[in-house]
Amino acid sequence: MTIIKRGLAALAAGALSTALAVPAFAEPVKFDFWFGLSGDLARVVDTMCKNFNESQKDYEVVCTSQGNYDATLQNTIAAFRASKQPAVVQVYDVGTATMMLSGAYKPADKLMEENGYKIDYADYFPGIARYYATSKGEMLSFPFNSSTALMYWNKDAFAKIGKTEAPKTWEDVGADLQAMKDAGYECPMAINISANESWQLMEQFSAIHNQPIATKNNGYDGLDARLEVNKTKFVQYVTDLKKWYDAGLIKIKSKDLGQDMVQAFASGTCQVIMTSVGDHGTVGKTQKEGMKWDVAELPAYAGTERKNSLVGGASLWVLSGKSDAEYKGAAAFLNFIHDPKTALFWSTNTGYIPVTKSGFDYMKSTGFYDKAPYKGREVAIASLTASEPTEITRGVRLGNFTQIRAEFGTQMQAIFANKVGVQEGLDTLVKNGDAILDRFQQTYPGETLP
Amino acid sequence: MEKRVTFASWTIGILFAVPQLLLIFTFFYWPAGQAVYWSLTLQQPWGGGNIWVGLDNFRSILANAVYWNSITASLVFAGISTGLAMFVALVLAALTDRQLAGSRFYRVVLIWPYGIAAPALAMAFRFILAPEAGFMAVVNQVWPGFWDPGLDGADAMASIIIAFSWKYVGYNFIFFLAAFQAIPRSLIEAAAMDGSGVMRRFWDIQFPLITPTIFFLLVINITESFQDSFGIVDIMTSGGPANATNLMVYKIYSDGFKGLDYSGAAAQSIILMLLIVVLTIFQFRFIERRVHYR
Repeated sequence: MTIIKRGLAALAAGALSTALAVPAFAEPVKFDFWFGLSGDLARVVDTMCKNFNESQKDYEVVCTSQGNYDATLQNTIAAFRASKQPAVVQVYDVGTATMMLSGAYKPADKLMEENGYKIDYADYFPGIARYYATSKGEMLSFPFNSSTALMYWNKDAFAKIGKTEAPKTWEDVGADLQAMKDAGYECPMAINISANESWQLMEQFSAIHNQPIATKNNGYDGLDARLEVNKTKFVQYVTDLKKWYDAGLIKIKSKDLGQDMVQAFASGTCQVIMTSVGDHGTVGKTQKEGMKWDVAELPAYAGTERKNSLVGGASLWVLSGKSDAEYKGAAAFLNFIHDPKTALFWSTNTGYIPVTKSGFDYMKSTGFYDKAPYKGREVAIASLTASEPTEITRGVRLGNFTQIRAEFGTQMQAIFANKVGVQEGLDTLVKNGDAILDRFQQTYPGETLP
Repeated sequence: MEKRVTFASWTIGILFAVPQLLLIFTFFYWPAGQAVYWSLTLQQPWGGGNIWVGLDNFRSILANAVYWNSITASLVFAGISTGLAMFVALVLAALTDRQLAGSRFYRVVLIWPYGIAAPALAMAFRFILAPEAGFMAVVNQVWPGFWDPGLDGADAMASIIIAFSWKYVGYNFIFFLAAFQAIPRSLIEAAAMDGSGVMRRFWDIQFPLITPTIFFLLVINITESFQDSFGIVDIMTSGGPANATNLMVYKIYSDGFKGLDYSGAAAQSIILMLLIVVLTIFQFRFIERRVHYR
């Protein structure tokens, strides 16, 4: 019963904090923005909010960090059920399907139109826009912090095996890792296999290879989509990863074990990792003195016609049930964030990439990508725009995808611990994942994704 | 002449009870009732509506192998951690009671662990038991691959049992020590004069006299191991690897709050409540018989 009591207490606390945040006599109009970033990133968001408040006098945004993406969504739902929701909320990529069916939002494109802002939606990188747009291409939310996965490689280690470039195919990766092992490197490559790594291991891989994760175009075309990763190229990929792990070419690194992937790479312990471009800054700041490294697009199997990689991150949703004055403020805020100058500020202070072509061009024109600490981040844009998004590289639009990711972690751990074979583990992933999707569909009977 | 104080009616008695009843209703019966209602429906997370599904939620949970695995894990966790925490606390309390050198010092020190919040102590144990960085790294150097809670479910289970037991040793210790000190010295001294040794006195005098405390702690420890394990699991293992430490209370949290499956989580919490009720009834029915109250 404590769980329920705790939940109730959290609900009450959430309601209380919003109640306190909205004073009765407000001039300028105040509105709330809840976000899920913490630490350094939260400070950057706070600065951005301050800049917005100082840029005009009519509105004041109150920005509150909820700690992480999960908590932001949970607290927003609790607040919404108590009619104390914020005007703008940051929802992570995989929460998109849940948001679309919530009936709790005001479409971003309508909001901007009603308040007289002209947004050129074609200006968004298609790989980013399509992830959040409806199947018909309407933008219900605004892409905000965006990243994609890259391969980080240690130039010194590759120089030792006579390579000056990052491997482009997985076949080369296998050979290079073996060569590094033979050259005496203890940990040629580090991966982790928790729920979070579904993003780079399963989702990015599938997009780059144009392989579906689920039927119905990854769920864009209906709630009756079901997983099919147990019969795509992904099976071969997991088989190879497992093979390399058994041969000692890959080590598992996670915080629970003492050192996460990024730390392992930055300290020079492991020579290759796959992680978000958002870690580019961290690696730069924490790297071993004098270590030479670079980033490259994720490899693909030989003979693959390479497609765009997927965006990761979050978008900004405007919730329903607020006053017109608050919506005006929210629209002004979203317009402020859309500005290329804000994009430059945002990307400089975080590792995230600009979401619009004009933002990217503006940053290029200021010489951002030529300077040492930021050089290399343009690879992320190249990876995201490698091709026009296909029906299945638009993104993943599945209900309760957080739980499917958790199931991914569970089955990968079972596979790597030799509890089950690769095919058996992935079959279970599909079976359990489908049960989650089934349940989601039952919760929204007769409804369709917009 | 009637001397007993009586109240004219029930009203005044009920009025005195009302504040308490209201609190219990608001914070226990009402949410518990909501949980029962949710468990019989399919709730849309955003409150858009719900569908009456009867016992479907329970059926699908009980048909799920992952859930049975979670029940097994919870029972294993409850059994071992309760046994460990109580045994260690009993030994420590018995030694403290004997006034061995330094006992006053560790009487104070041993109480501290219970004051530490579960997530904080879990964080500490995560470092201590980390296979590559902590204390266990030394062991792993000697026997490579000996300790790997990242992939080995048994190791992960051992980690959370150690962390949980460590916390409850402090709690149990306070009660055991109080129980030992409530035993009249004269009894023990008399036994000593009759020539019985330390172990003999422990088994024949002290142990029977503290059985009420043992029984109380057994009930509390088992109940808490089902509920208070959440913070430790969340920080140390997140239920992994491969669901090896996905205890019932953690599964409720991850299904309900992370997965937004409020109905399924509500049904699970009802099952957990019933399980604890059954276990407690069992203990009162069968174990309490062996307790000697003075």
